Amino acid sequence: MIIDVLSWLSLIGGGLIGIIGAIGIHRFPDFYSRQHATGIADTLCAMLILLGLGLQAGLSLAAFKLALIFIFLFFTSPTASHVLANAAMHGGLKPKLDSVATEERS
Amino acid sequence: MMAFKYGVLLFVFWFLLSGHFEPLLLLLGLASVMLTIFLMKRMNVIDHESYPLHLSSRFPAFLVYIFREIGKANIDVIKRIVTYRGKFISPQLVEITLPQKTDLGRAIYANAITLTPGTVSVELAKDKIIVHALTKEAADDLSTGNMAKAIPDQAINK
Repeated sequence: MIIDVLSWLSLIGGGLIGIIGAIGIHRFPDFYSRQHATGIADTLCAMLILLGLGLQAGLSLAAFKLALIFIFLFFTSPTASHVLANAAMHGGLKPKLDSVATEERS
Repeated sequence: MMAFKYGVLLFVFWFLLSGHFEPLLLLLGLASVMLTIFLMKRMNVIDHESYPLHLSSRFPAFLVYIFREIGKANIDVIKRIVTYRGKFISPQLVEITLPQKTDLGRAIYANAITLTPGTVSVELAKDKIIVHALTKEAADDLSTGNMAKAIPDQAINK
């Protein structure tokens, strides 16, 4: 019962965070800042959903496989984000920077 | 010796994935593990870089650290998405020096930066990395170098 409640809480939380990430993609001004919004769907959203599914599965081989999915996601998603950002930079897409802060820094 | 260790590891992995006990299937699994090890030996990819077991002692502390960072950064980015009205973000590019000694350490550092929402590594050079940060706070946080200290990085003594 408690496990069910916990699992539903994390599933719903993960779903909500995914929706917030999608809203962020539409709200943010340029490619690079939009990528940060997908970053939360990559990490916390995936984590919470897999955790919720794992709690449903209990201590079994299915839970182990969910953990494996999580580990592979953990390794591959930053690589994919980096490749996207790197390709955009090499393609000549200039990020919209906060001019005041950038001047202060240099 | 090293190949044997990874063979055992692979077989345990195969067993956990399949969950079968029948002798025939166990033998088939063993055969596929041996084929994999043979191919890896021929490709010459069994080394400390593809299997960084020498870092495993520092790994749990790193995991705890990175999960805490991911949680904090997520909450920050979510707040900024929800309250965003054309401001509250200050995107910028920063250059971070890489203190790591090995390529593996640098790769882990770049991945850790990308994994925390709010910062994405854009360009990687020999000893520095260009990071796109969503906010000035995230950029400043990265510049302090706290994350670099948590990265497991260890030269291999052969």
